[in-house]
Amino acid sequence: MVRVQHENFDVGAEVERLRAGNPRVGAVACFIGVVRDLNDGDAIATMTLEHYPGMTEKALEGIVAQARGRWDLYDVLVVHRVGELRPTDPIVLVIVASAHRGEAFAACEFVMDYLKTEAPFWKKETTPAGARWVDARDSDDAARERWEGSAGTQ
Amino acid sequence: MRVTILYFAALRERVGTGREVCALPAAVTTVDALKGWLASRGAPWSEAFAEMPRIRAAVDQAMARPDAALHDGAEVAFFPPVTGG
Repeated sequence: MVRVQHENFDVGAEVERLRAGNPRVGAVACFIGVVRDLNDGDAIATMTLEHYPGMTEKALEGIVAQARGRWDLYDVLVVHRVGELRPTDPIVLVIVASAHRGEAFAACEFVMDYLKTEAPFWKKETTPAGARWVDARDSDDAARERWEGSAGTQ
Repeated sequence: MRVTILYFAALRERVGTGREVCALPAAVTTVDALKGWLASRGAPWSEAFAEMPRIRAAVDQAMARPDAALHDGAEVAFFPPVTGG
């Protein structure tokens, strides 16, 4: 399941919902992305996230489907926030439930690596010098490319 | 054919609009040709595409390569590399 929303998320409640009533779940891996107060050496006052409604949800669903195709997963949740955020605010939540930790950890990282490079979100940050759009990082492309050509591992 | 064109983030700000509907000349049949045609109209499109060489595109809400074909009624989006997460 994927959600794009302005409001914050409750990690504990989401984890409980994801594994509720499924005694086969033996591992739940969770990633939370958070707004930092410093980027490229400048203090960050606010970060505003824009997205492409419609395509964003399709892209996230496609990434989750790819992860499910590579690993044996019971459930996956992606929640991404949009709008104005501040340092220490959570931005993104990925939760993966599976039988064992290996596929849960791997799938969680896979979803984030693809989300960073394929899901249509854009960050604009305000610093003491004014507002600026955040540039994409080559290291994010490299992180995604690690997965290409490698099959899922159990 | 007629297509809806969407712009996002820094590109949206640079061209001054998030959406326009255009009737295209018959020769404009791909994403790259559309980009060229938009730029041929002059500023701000010519300047925006020149300043942002890494602009990506999507057709009907799926990432599209420069040679991707367009169709009547398509939703074509142009945007900078994504920075979510």
